[in-house]
Amino acid sequence: MRVILIHAWLITLAGFLAGCGAEWNNPYQTEDGGKNILYSAFTERPKHLDPVQSYSEDEAEFNAQIYEPPLQYHYLKRPYTLIPLAAESVPRPRTVDAADRDVPANSPRVAYTLYEIHIRPGILYQPHPAFARDERGELLYHSLKQEDLKNIYSLRDFPRSGTRELTAEDYIYQIKRLAHPRLHSPIFGLMSEYIVGLKEFAATLKAEDKALAGAGGKNTWLDLSNIPLAGVELIDRYRYRIRIRGRYPQFAYWLAMNFFAPVPIEADRFYAQPGMIEKNLTLDWYPVGTGPYMLTENNPNARMVLERNPNYRGEAYPDEGEQGDQAVGLLADAGKRIPFIDKVVFSREREGIPYWNKFLQGYYDFSGISSDSFDQAVRISVEGEASVSPEMKEKGIELKTSVGTATRYFAFNWLDPVVGGGQADAVARERAKKLRQAVSIAIDWEEFISIFANGRGIPAQGPIPPGIFGFKSGSPGINPVVYDWVDGTPRRKSIETAKKLLAEAGYPDGRDAGSGQPLVLYLDTTDRGPGDKPRLDWYRKQFAKLAIQLEVRGTDYNRFQEKVRKGAAQIFVWGWNADYPDPENFLFLFHGPQSRAKTQGENAANYSNPEYDRLFEQVKHMENGPARQALIDRMLAILREDAPWSFGFHPKDYSLHHEWVSNLKPNNMARNGLKYQKIDAALRETMRAKWNRPVLWPLGLLAIVLAASAAPAVMGWRRRERASGRGQ
Amino acid sequence: MIAYIVRRLLYAIPILIGVNLLTFTLFFVVNTPDDMARMQLGIKRVTPEAVQKWKAERGYDKPLVYNEAADGAGKVTRTIFFEKSVKLFALDFGRADDGRDIGHEIKTRMGPSLAIALPVFLLGLFVTVTFALLLAFFRATYLDFWGVVACVALMSISSLFYIIGGQYLVSKVWHLVPISGYAGGLDATRFLILPVVISVAAGIGSSTRWYRTIFLEEIGKDYVRTARAKGLSELTVLFRHVLKNAMIPILTGVVVVIPLLFMGSLLVESFFGIPGLGSYTIDAINAQDFAVVRSMVFIGSVLYIVGLLLTDLSYTLVDPRVRLQ
Amino acid sequence: MPIILWTDALVFLLVVCAAAAGRYVSRREYLLSSWRRVGESRAGMSALTVLAVFVLIGLFDSLHYRPRLEAVAGEQANGYSTEVRSVLDTLLLPLKTKTEKTYSAPLATHLYARETVEMPDGGQARVFPRLKHGGIHLPDPAADWAGDVAARILHGVALAVLAWLTFTAAAVQATALHWGMRWRTAWRRIWRGETHFAWNAVLVTLALLLFLAGPLVTLAGGYHVFGTDKVGQDVLYLTLKSIRTGLVIGTITTLAMLPFAVALGIVAGYLGGWVDDVIQYLYTTLNSIPGVLLIAAAVLMMQVVIDTHPDWFATAAQRADARLLALCLILGVTSWTGLCRLLRAETLKLREFEYIQAAQAFGASSLRIMGRHILPNVMHIVLIAVVMDFSGLVLAEAVLSYIGIGVDPSTISFGSMINTARLELAREPVVWWSLVAAFAFMFVLVLAANLFSDAVRDAFDPRLAGRQIAPATQGQAA
Repeated sequence: MRVILIHAWLITLAGFLAGCGAEWNNPYQTEDGGKNILYSAFTERPKHLDPVQSYSEDEAEFNAQIYEPPLQYHYLKRPYTLIPLAAESVPRPRTVDAADRDVPANSPRVAYTLYEIHIRPGILYQPHPAFARDERGELLYHSLKQEDLKNIYSLRDFPRSGTRELTAEDYIYQIKRLAHPRLHSPIFGLMSEYIVGLKEFAATLKAEDKALAGAGGKNTWLDLSNIPLAGVELIDRYRYRIRIRGRYPQFAYWLAMNFFAPVPIEADRFYAQPGMIEKNLTLDWYPVGTGPYMLTENNPNARMVLERNPNYRGEAYPDEGEQGDQAVGLLADAGKRIPFIDKVVFSREREGIPYWNKFLQGYYDFSGISSDSFDQAVRISVEGEASVSPEMKEKGIELKTSVGTATRYFAFNWLDPVVGGGQADAVARERAKKLRQAVSIAIDWEEFISIFANGRGIPAQGPIPPGIFGFKSGSPGINPVVYDWVDGTPRRKSIETAKKLLAEAGYPDGRDAGSGQPLVLYLDTTDRGPGDKPRLDWYRKQFAKLAIQLEVRGTDYNRFQEKVRKGAAQIFVWGWNADYPDPENFLFLFHGPQSRAKTQGENAANYSNPEYDRLFEQVKHMENGPARQALIDRMLAILREDAPWSFGFHPKDYSLHHEWVSNLKPNNMARNGLKYQKIDAALRETMRAKWNRPVLWPLGLLAIVLAASAAPAVMGWRRRERASGRGQ
Repeated sequence: MIAYIVRRLLYAIPILIGVNLLTFTLFFVVNTPDDMARMQLGIKRVTPEAVQKWKAERGYDKPLVYNEAADGAGKVTRTIFFEKSVKLFALDFGRADDGRDIGHEIKTRMGPSLAIALPVFLLGLFVTVTFALLLAFFRATYLDFWGVVACVALMSISSLFYIIGGQYLVSKVWHLVPISGYAGGLDATRFLILPVVISVAAGIGSSTRWYRTIFLEEIGKDYVRTARAKGLSELTVLFRHVLKNAMIPILTGVVVVIPLLFMGSLLVESFFGIPGLGSYTIDAINAQDFAVVRSMVFIGSVLYIVGLLLTDLSYTLVDPRVRLQ
Repeated sequence: MPIILWTDALVFLLVVCAAAAGRYVSRREYLLSSWRRVGESRAGMSALTVLAVFVLIGLFDSLHYRPRLEAVAGEQANGYSTEVRSVLDTLLLPLKTKTEKTYSAPLATHLYARETVEMPDGGQARVFPRLKHGGIHLPDPAADWAGDVAARILHGVALAVLAWLTFTAAAVQATALHWGMRWRTAWRRIWRGETHFAWNAVLVTLALLLFLAGPLVTLAGGYHVFGTDKVGQDVLYLTLKSIRTGLVIGTITTLAMLPFAVALGIVAGYLGGWVDDVIQYLYTTLNSIPGVLLIAAAVLMMQVVIDTHPDWFATAAQRADARLLALCLILGVTSWTGLCRLLRAETLKLREFEYIQAAQAFGASSLRIMGRHILPNVMHIVLIAVVMDFSGLVLAEAVLSYIGIGVDPSTISFGSMINTARLELAREPVVWWSLVAAFAFMFVLVLAANLFSDAVRDAFDPRLAGRQIAPATQGQAA
């Protein structure tokens, strides 16, 4: 009986599998085989797709393809250059004094900066039910009742959709939404410092919202269009003007982010209808944009699908790029109409291993590389350049590297009595400084990079990563406190140097010179999963080199932030990803007035140095140039000497892609690169078939083993039956 | 009978209240809403105002159990306890900390969970009963001995190894099924084969051993001896009498888990990327999304109580001697 | 400076309890006879042999201290390191300290990953570098490796034979003395399995263990026998350290829940009435919450408490230990209900027995009846539950650590080993040794525990055979 059963089971199994086409392990539908579809994955479900709230990179992966802010970064050019997207041109800031008279940018009388943005006419929104109109031209779905929504579960359940031309008003509406009392935009605090009247506007809205709630309409739509916002004015259908307090040259970078993308008032009103939120019909779930793609399926548990926006106006592929782009074929499609790809399927992939394995099987078109699969994929050549390993090359896999605009570091809390620099007494300050310098030397970030990041990073000489103005390569750019310049490369100072510094700091051999007690330092980190143990051991090992005892406290992200916010952590591990490619975005992390513990700013180390702060105020508003560079050099020198951080490393992004993907260039600032990419679906089809031939012998073996193990049972059965037969 | 069911259901209410109080203490008294807010608001530029706003929006800014400021019934109803815990009784789960509707999520995820749990349950029951019956048939022979040894060995292996090993060999090395993923409808079969086989294999050891003892207990009874004395063949005895009577303890033992099948399985779902309730729970634990964990705890308790009720009812169905009153 | 961690204290409390129970049993013939039946079981005794080895390792790992810092020239040594070591750590100090840079295969002499090194001529090359410790005594690994390994294995086997012979001689001597027979007869009886105690099973198991352990010891002197992990730690060391975690979870959990389960179960069954209702309500409520979720919620809560009070713990080891203990207690809370229910049912039955009725008639207090008459008569159920829970709990730890609600990351455990090893399977060539080592040790431990619990159960209550009282976590998690 068992044998028959197993056979039947195997046959059904084979039957099911045979039904799936040539590759048994194809996770997609067979009929999608040769289509112009890009396959990618997401690990975390995006929390927000509302452009006013979304701030993380995995959300930008979707939003950047859908929404079009006025500006964008050039896809190929480096250093990163702003170019117009929905705007006609990059706006030229106008500086004016308090009476609105033009004054030069460097004049002390500058009171406001005006940005006048001119939107291209003729841009259309993606098809969306919020724009649908009936025969009389009335909006169709704007006075829905509960029973109308009965059979509606997603946007696709609305039979009709419509579109509308993009206007400057939509951009203004979105800026107003930054202050929306029911939404919380992460940049509202920052922007209310700069955009004139935003703070007051928020107060008005709050009062308005309260009035509405008091009148029983807690969730009724709050119409922002009727309430004026002083700092943003509509000039005509295609033009609007933003008024910034003082000068803030970095504002242009914000104009390339989705916070400043257009949101049509119809959509806001549409989603605000009663019953919508309960059905997950919100702007946070179904974005409405003018970009090359639109989100047609949003099932964050399984997959999200972007499809070509039929109303997209079409852009041209850039015809100039960085040096060398021509040679690698990045300009082959110059001038062609984009986007190239029809549909992008993002599958939910919770774990790294399946992601990597599916990439190797050809079911994902590109992949980041986890440290564990690195050696398999990448070979560092004699020159120290990374390239794909021979096995990967044979599969046609190509590698793209770029240095991220990010940095990782150990921060010393300036408020701490042992490692901090805020003590009143100069001797204590000097001791703490030497201690910080000694630790900075002892933490071997090169080893960290090679063990935990597989060489994917460059040791940091300061907070500014390469590719950002202010970074200097070669010997002038090294951190002289930690490194020596030897034979054309920076070399970390010896541990003896560190020990000497430590002795000078008053802790010879890791003991307090006065009391003889061992020096114990505390490190806070968010590493605390089971997989983080090696890293914790490594941290301890670094301090042990100086005979300092390190207590690592792993906490969850909440507690960690809370501690840092209160200034209660002594040493902690953290990182920073740039918002925009300007040195100000790194240097402000040390600006005294932005101390985390005192003012909730981003200066998490609570560093403060009056001279540095003075220089920062100057550098902040300067245009890039030798003068700015000189000041930045002085600031970096102060930081290196004071060592409020042990500068860790700038992570390098390595990403692999299959040979059928082209026009791929990593861009750390912009996430809207999908529209430039191209795939060769036929080639993909052949390779998949080649790589995924099912191995059948285990099934056969299994059948044989089961049959063999059943044999004694059958024999025993027979014997028994015979025996009982004789017994009768 | 109906009176009995009603009484049992009434009895469930204090239990659910207990569950509710317990989870409320764990989730609100110990872990404050401030923690949740910071967790959900993300990494950059989180201000105390934003935390306050987040709490207000989700109703976490109210007092825990008694609202001094409100009037009338509001003193009790406009509190975290009432809004977050009591409302669960009305199956109103509210929204997850990331703003999504939990009830809707549960409804959509139940399907995949059942798609994997049901076949595992049925197939597992069938396979283990078959094996146990065989072992009982060959009782006190070397086949039985080695069968039991194999069972003990199988149940000494952590379920993690079954999953890791199976996934590695079958999907990665042999290319037989997709590594992970899920699709709706019949298409789901190829995603489900491996996890189902693995789950069944992981459960064979302990269940087979348990069923075997039940069969052996039954075989030792007098009526079996009588049947054999009547001259019935061993096979007939085994199937007609032993199996039928042993099904009573087996069935009543497994009935209690049937409602819990809806909850899905934590490990298998998260390893194989199946968007069911099990992986939902794991995600919620990892993200510390307490609203979801709370709802799952509540649903789990409700289903367990339903299971107990079903068990009692199944006694009357399989054994007419049992009367419920 | 000796340090007594909470779990250490409980482990030794358990040892003391076991010793006391042993004394108690040895004076009562009717209990002793059941234990003799356990002793007759071959599978049970060979499992016990294996368990004994594990327990020994675990006990060595439960003696903790903080090493004194060496005196610095000219100063008095008056400080203690914040590192907490166990006696096992000290025994294994070479394994603990001889770390490599990253992965190396079992018995390897070179790293598993290529590295860029500078050549003497100034150029660079990608090569597999020599290990810092593994096989460092070999001048030319390519030529000498095989010979050296073989020699060490032989040496190890020789040691094992010696050790086995010594032990066997002692066993035979003991038997001979006990029964007053000659050496040869004693040996023959043991060998043929004619002794009451299953000496032959013990000796065979011991031989197997020694033949594995001997070469392991000799090889470990010069190589990383099970290879090294990502940061170059010896995998053999990690597996040995995992044993204590597994044992602590398996035993302390039951120890923690036992008083509740026994007291409440008996009280509910004996007193009945509203007490019974309350207790039943309590365990039905606890039982109805899915185990994993209750554990998750409680562990998350514990973490918050531990995180907010860093000053409670002087060292990281103490903090990790607090978390381990918390995990045990939480697992205990979720798993006592099964035993409680069994005891209640048994007490209900016992209550109707004549001797209890008689005791009641004589006016004995309820407390006395429960303590003197009922408790001893349900102890076999308690014992069976304890031994049967053990393996389930060891398995549950691995699963919980995978979900992220298990032990502290700095605690070495099977669960955390599996969790990291899982990622290594994606490497090519595959890093298999951590997973295999964790699998082998965990399998042997759980298998031994299962076999032993079978033997105990068969000896004490054949009726309960096969009834699983595993904690709810296993079933739901799998």
